[in-house]
Amino acid sequence: MRFPKVAVLAAVSVLLTPGLARAGETLVAVAANYTAPVKEIAAAFERKTGDTVKFAFGSTGQLYTQITQGAPFEAFFAADDERPIQAEKDGFGVPGSTFTYAVGTLVLWSAKPGVVDAKGEVLKTGGFNKLAIANPKGAPYGTAAVETLKALGLYGALEAKLVQGNNISQAHQFVATGNAELGFVALSQVALDPSGSRWVVPRELYAPIYQDVVLLKTGAANPVASAFLAFQKSPEALAVLEKYGYGVRK
Amino acid sequence: MVDVILLTAKLAAVSTVLLLLLGTPLAWWLAHSRAWIKEGVAAVVALPLVLPPTVLGFYLLVAMAPDGPIQTVFGPLGLKPLAFTFSGLVVGSVVFSLPFVVNPIRNAFEAAGERPLEAAATLRAAPLDAFFTVALPLASPGLLTGAILGFAHTVGEFGVVLMIGGNIPGETKVLSMAILDYVETLQWAEAHALSALMLGFSFCVILTMTLIEKRLRRRLR
Repeated sequence: MRFPKVAVLAAVSVLLTPGLARAGETLVAVAANYTAPVKEIAAAFERKTGDTVKFAFGSTGQLYTQITQGAPFEAFFAADDERPIQAEKDGFGVPGSTFTYAVGTLVLWSAKPGVVDAKGEVLKTGGFNKLAIANPKGAPYGTAAVETLKALGLYGALEAKLVQGNNISQAHQFVATGNAELGFVALSQVALDPSGSRWVVPRELYAPIYQDVVLLKTGAANPVASAFLAFQKSPEALAVLEKYGYGVRK
Repeated sequence: MVDVILLTAKLAAVSTVLLLLLGTPLAWWLAHSRAWIKEGVAAVVALPLVLPPTVLGFYLLVAMAPDGPIQTVFGPLGLKPLAFTFSGLVVGSVVFSLPFVVNPIRNAFEAAGERPLEAAATLRAAPLDAFFTVALPLASPGLLTGAILGFAHTVGEFGVVLMIGGNIPGETKVLSMAILDYVETLQWAEAHALSALMLGFSFCVILTMTLIEKRLRRRLR
């Protein structure tokens, strides 16, 4: 089949000029625990501005590795406050753009009612098969889970029962499917789900999960990326954060 | 790092033995049966070739859950839940690597044809006797190819392990998971070491397989 040259040229030029007379778009990398809230916040943002936000979800470590290898993300919502600063230092982030968008809450959760008591005593009795956590190497909620177990003096006793999800979503999935009876997950994952049983881990048992966001250099020239970051501090966004059980850094 | 390599080798070895025990009779049936469901069964065996490992891993995870079908059937017989265990990985690997073992063996049985077996029968060999003394030796290149491919494919498995393994050191943390850990924490040196090992291993597997097969074919001719 042959196409007239003019038609081919026209088609190619349309493909090569994205965003022409269209609303803007940004692609952001998001730590898995923030999946549900960020979608809601983005929906509010899109209604307000007409711009579109696209997401890549994963563990903080995985996303950061991808950023160091040239991933086209324009902002990075981490689950810790180390990697965004690291991104600035290593020349991937826009200097001074990092801020804390949320403070994470760790929760011990079971898909079955009555398994987790209000004080988390179930950890001491050990009457469960597996305890799911996110991989502490790449996922801050996994680190917080290990800190909690150590603070309770139970890490040694329970180490053999630990199973690791690659990120907090997978840890949640292990518990939700019942393959692990218990798991440390982010409160945001179960805040709107009244089923099962849970213990919100007291904040003194683990180092605060400051979740920072950084504007990446790839997004420095895109006003949509900056606007979406600024929108995180809007009353609409803060209401969503509160609904999902996040704290705000004081 | 050594314990990760040993665990991976153990998983591959156990899976390969099971794959040969299961895959050989299955390949025989596929090569000789005239049942109408034959090609349907062959298609089911070949599914892991096209299915994303995440699909397989997802189904396995759901199937292995304490209230899932596997536990419902085998739980009363004393089977412990399979997810996050070495045995669970073996089950996953056997399913995932089955076509890599069955297909070469089936091809070898088909290439040998019915005539050597008919000849054996006229010499009054019992069918089972003929299977072990005639059919299996004739199919040995296929068996070897199947064993090597099954072993290598299990060593290289990642998606299914990620979905049902739980990354437990000494139990389910195999090579591919260790590499992922290193990459995600930017430990390039360790990631490079293990990856180079995998690369070298894979090259040797393919080269050895080609050479052995060539030699066996020549000898049989």
